[in-house]
Amino acid sequence: MAAKSNLVNMVAVLGLTCLLCSAVLGGAYALTKDPIDQAAAEKTNRAIAEVLPHFTDLSFDADKNCYTATDGGNLVGYAIQSEAVGFGGALVLLVGVTPDGVVYNTSVLSHAETPGLGAKCTTDQKFMSQWKGFNPTVKKLSVKNDGGDVDAITASTITSRAYTLAVENALNTFAKVSEEASSGAFARAGSQSDAEEEASSETINEGGLNNE
Amino acid sequence: MSKWKMITDGLVKNNPTFVLLLGMCPTLATTTSAVNGLSMGLATLFVLVLSNMAISAIAPAVPDKVHIPVYIVVIATFVTLLQLLMQAYTPAMYETLGLFIPLIVVNCIVLGRAEAFANKHTVLESACDGVGVGLGFTCSLTVLGLVREILGSGSAFGWNFIGGNDGMLAFVMAPGAFLCLGYLMVLFNKLVKKN
Repeated sequence: MAAKSNLVNMVAVLGLTCLLCSAVLGGAYALTKDPIDQAAAEKTNRAIAEVLPHFTDLSFDADKNCYTATDGGNLVGYAIQSEAVGFGGALVLLVGVTPDGVVYNTSVLSHAETPGLGAKCTTDQKFMSQWKGFNPTVKKLSVKNDGGDVDAITASTITSRAYTLAVENALNTFAKVSEEASSGAFARAGSQSDAEEEASSETINEGGLNNE
Repeated sequence: MSKWKMITDGLVKNNPTFVLLLGMCPTLATTTSAVNGLSMGLATLFVLVLSNMAISAIAPAVPDKVHIPVYIVVIATFVTLLQLLMQAYTPAMYETLGLFIPLIVVNCIVLGRAEAFANKHTVLESACDGVGVGLGFTCSLTVLGLVREILGSGSAFGWNFIGGNDGMLAFVMAPGAFLCLGYLMVLFNKLVKKN
């Protein structure tokens, strides 16, 4: 059946097999690289479109993991990527925040939650829809078990807490980003309206901190 | 042995899940829903058919002492190929099964069929065996996934028929996997022995 083993044919066959297999995989990698990158980019774009109102231009700040969306020069909102530790590992969200500090919508980018339990954070309509228009200055940003206003997913309090924490992180980032943006504008233009905008963003910042 | 019998053997007499008890890790871990079970089964089927064919073709030239490493390299190549293809063309499915795809390499069904069948048979026969065992694995995983989904989430193939999320949660988690597998195994063996 199989050939008799000696050093030469063992080295030759194993070496040849590895060489051939790596060649096949190298080729497959080169062929699939573009579609894979495209699929990842499409996924991010779809998530951004989901969490923000209509926009035309997008810029990305890699330091803060924040996408700034504008429509004809007007600020539409920020899509902020944020992360918290869930039940099964990192829970990565994309949180859309409009300039007034209200959450527009959220979307899960990746998670490792238990299927049937925490994984419902991507399918449970009741849980997901409560984030639409969530105003952190009106509602308390923690799950109901902890005395907040967020309805947790049944039997998945840890996931719900992580989700809430990720939204909170995103709102903290938003506070920083909007403060920077308005102080930058203030330095450039120095107009009264900009100063007001800065003041209002600081209020939001305080609101975010109070919820911690 | 006819080609047809090789296929049906894999489905019933040599059913990898309910009779041979091979590949238990993906069986228990991925069958939280019927669709997940089905996709995992199809992914394994793909690797199994290709690796069976490749191994039966190269087996006569492989020296005995290095045959396991050679088989593993071949199997790992097909698994990585599958992983790249899924990542590129079915990203949603890749996300659900992502963790378990690389584990197909160490799924004892694949190496088991290479050792027990493919290295003694022709390429065509090995392909038939791969299809049979792969389909057997796919069917078992789909049935197990379906039962767990019905009991655990109150839905079938993603279609929710109880109008809510109030299934018996235990069946979605590990204990339910063992329970369902055990009862399905009893049922399967009772039905097969009768015939």
